[in-house]
Amino acid sequence: MTTIAPEESALEAVFDATVAADERIEPRDWMPDAYRSTLIRQIAQHAHSEIIGMQPEANWITRAPSLRRKAILMAKVQDEAGHGLYLYSSAETLGTSRDELLDKLHTGRQKYSSIFNYPTLTWADVGAIGWLVDGAAITNQVPLCRCSYGPYARAMVRICKEESFHQRQGYELLLALSRGTEAQHAMAQDAVDRWWWPSLMMFGPPDDESAHSAQSMAWKIKRHSNDELRQRFVDICVPQAEALGLTLPDPDLSWNEERGHYDFGPIDWTEFWEVLKGNGPCNAQRITRRRRAHEDGAWVREAAAAHAAKHGKADR
Amino acid sequence: MTNLTRTPALALGDDALILSHRLGEWAGHAPVLEEEVALANIALDLLGQARILLSLAGDEDELAYLREERQFCNVQLVEQPNGDFAHTIARQLYFSLYQQLLFDHLATGGSELAPLAAKAVKETAYHRDHAEQWTLRLGDGTDESHTRMQRGLDALWRFTGELFEPVDALDAPWQTLRDEWTTRLTTVLERATLTVPQGPQHGAWTAGAGRQGLHTEPFGRMLAEMQHLHRSHPGATW
Repeated sequence: MTTIAPEESALEAVFDATVAADERIEPRDWMPDAYRSTLIRQIAQHAHSEIIGMQPEANWITRAPSLRRKAILMAKVQDEAGHGLYLYSSAETLGTSRDELLDKLHTGRQKYSSIFNYPTLTWADVGAIGWLVDGAAITNQVPLCRCSYGPYARAMVRICKEESFHQRQGYELLLALSRGTEAQHAMAQDAVDRWWWPSLMMFGPPDDESAHSAQSMAWKIKRHSNDELRQRFVDICVPQAEALGLTLPDPDLSWNEERGHYDFGPIDWTEFWEVLKGNGPCNAQRITRRRRAHEDGAWVREAAAAHAAKHGKADR
Repeated sequence: MTNLTRTPALALGDDALILSHRLGEWAGHAPVLEEEVALANIALDLLGQARILLSLAGDEDELAYLREERQFCNVQLVEQPNGDFAHTIARQLYFSLYQQLLFDHLATGGSELAPLAAKAVKETAYHRDHAEQWTLRLGDGTDESHTRMQRGLDALWRFTGELFEPVDALDAPWQTLRDEWTTRLTTVLERATLTVPQGPQHGAWTAGAGRQGLHTEPFGRMLAEMQHLHRSHPGATW
């Protein structure tokens, strides 16, 4: 579509005014190309994180130690698939397609959250993911319910409700372990030791090194800086860890009366960038498995399409 | 777990427990995102049924995690490995059609299973519909999907006779259920341009064997995976 400059500037003025008034941009509204592409990148990355994130937890479905825990874990992994569906649909309102986004994931042109490149080594990791990883995700995502783009904001309302349930089940799972046998307590502590720092990295690089932050805040896609959200998460977790009877693996963690926040030790950003570059413990495994599921399923999707074409109706 | 009574609740509970476990193995592997949701949904329904049924027979976790292979009395069909998506759908079609017919019958009776059957029959109708819809798509989709669907149906056929072997102390019109199952299955397979498998519906020496605790080789490995964590921490609560 070609537009002459005066019209474009008028449209842009409407867009700016809508954002400034804290109203929602909807799919049919004019929006700057960069706003559209930023949203597609962010929503796709979020959707990919949901479906890649199924892997480390699905790793324990077949070994869950009680039928109650098995039911909870299956439901949680199912929710993640559902979140993937809403998010891909939300991205489609911006003029892309699920197939195109999956192809970008499979070919490494779009990313997913690096946290899922860490392995789930014991049952307690399921609890640590719920408490810390989902907890960090909620801290990041609650402000997205007020994101300037309507379909994304509305998807996030439902997702945050379910994430909150996920976070509580993780906490409750760890509490049962922490109060259980000595071996169970040790399993819980070990999981928290391994997941704490990667969880803090989920908020992204420090504000002065974050590539997209400033523009996203101006567009009200993002509402708080990485460091603000990280601090909020630490402040929430410290008393929860105490209630769990578990320790957080940071000797520098202490209450700072003056700031009204917990101080915490330096994050190993080298590890963060290495995992992001593909050198984490499970990067290759996660993407290989995702690609294989997609390739193995190709004949099923082709059959569904062929059947729908023969019988003259949309398959789904 | 030495003095185990094989009750109908235990037999039907084991069917649901084991098929739920197999479906749970699909998580993260499904051919399309909608099927991640659907297969997990069916697995969750079956796990819910299993928990109610096993609780009628004893402690659900003791029964699931502390029995040996020979003490499980599920039919062999449900323990069969997933194979490809068509194989899983064939297993589900055979089982859900059977379960819906049986639960329909039990729901109207006066046994202790009636309340569970009345609730579960609605879920089971959805499972059956899901399997039927995929049977139609795969059977009447592409040449490859047709071949795979027929192969799945053929491979699992010899496990279908056991579904209608009488279960001790469970009053059901087994022959009528079997006839109805065959009629309905034939209708679906014909619509899907597939063929009702020929050949025996029983293995040579294993007629009704699952209900008696005789299982197939893959079952032991499945149980080893399912039970190892629970058994590694005797007496622990989770």
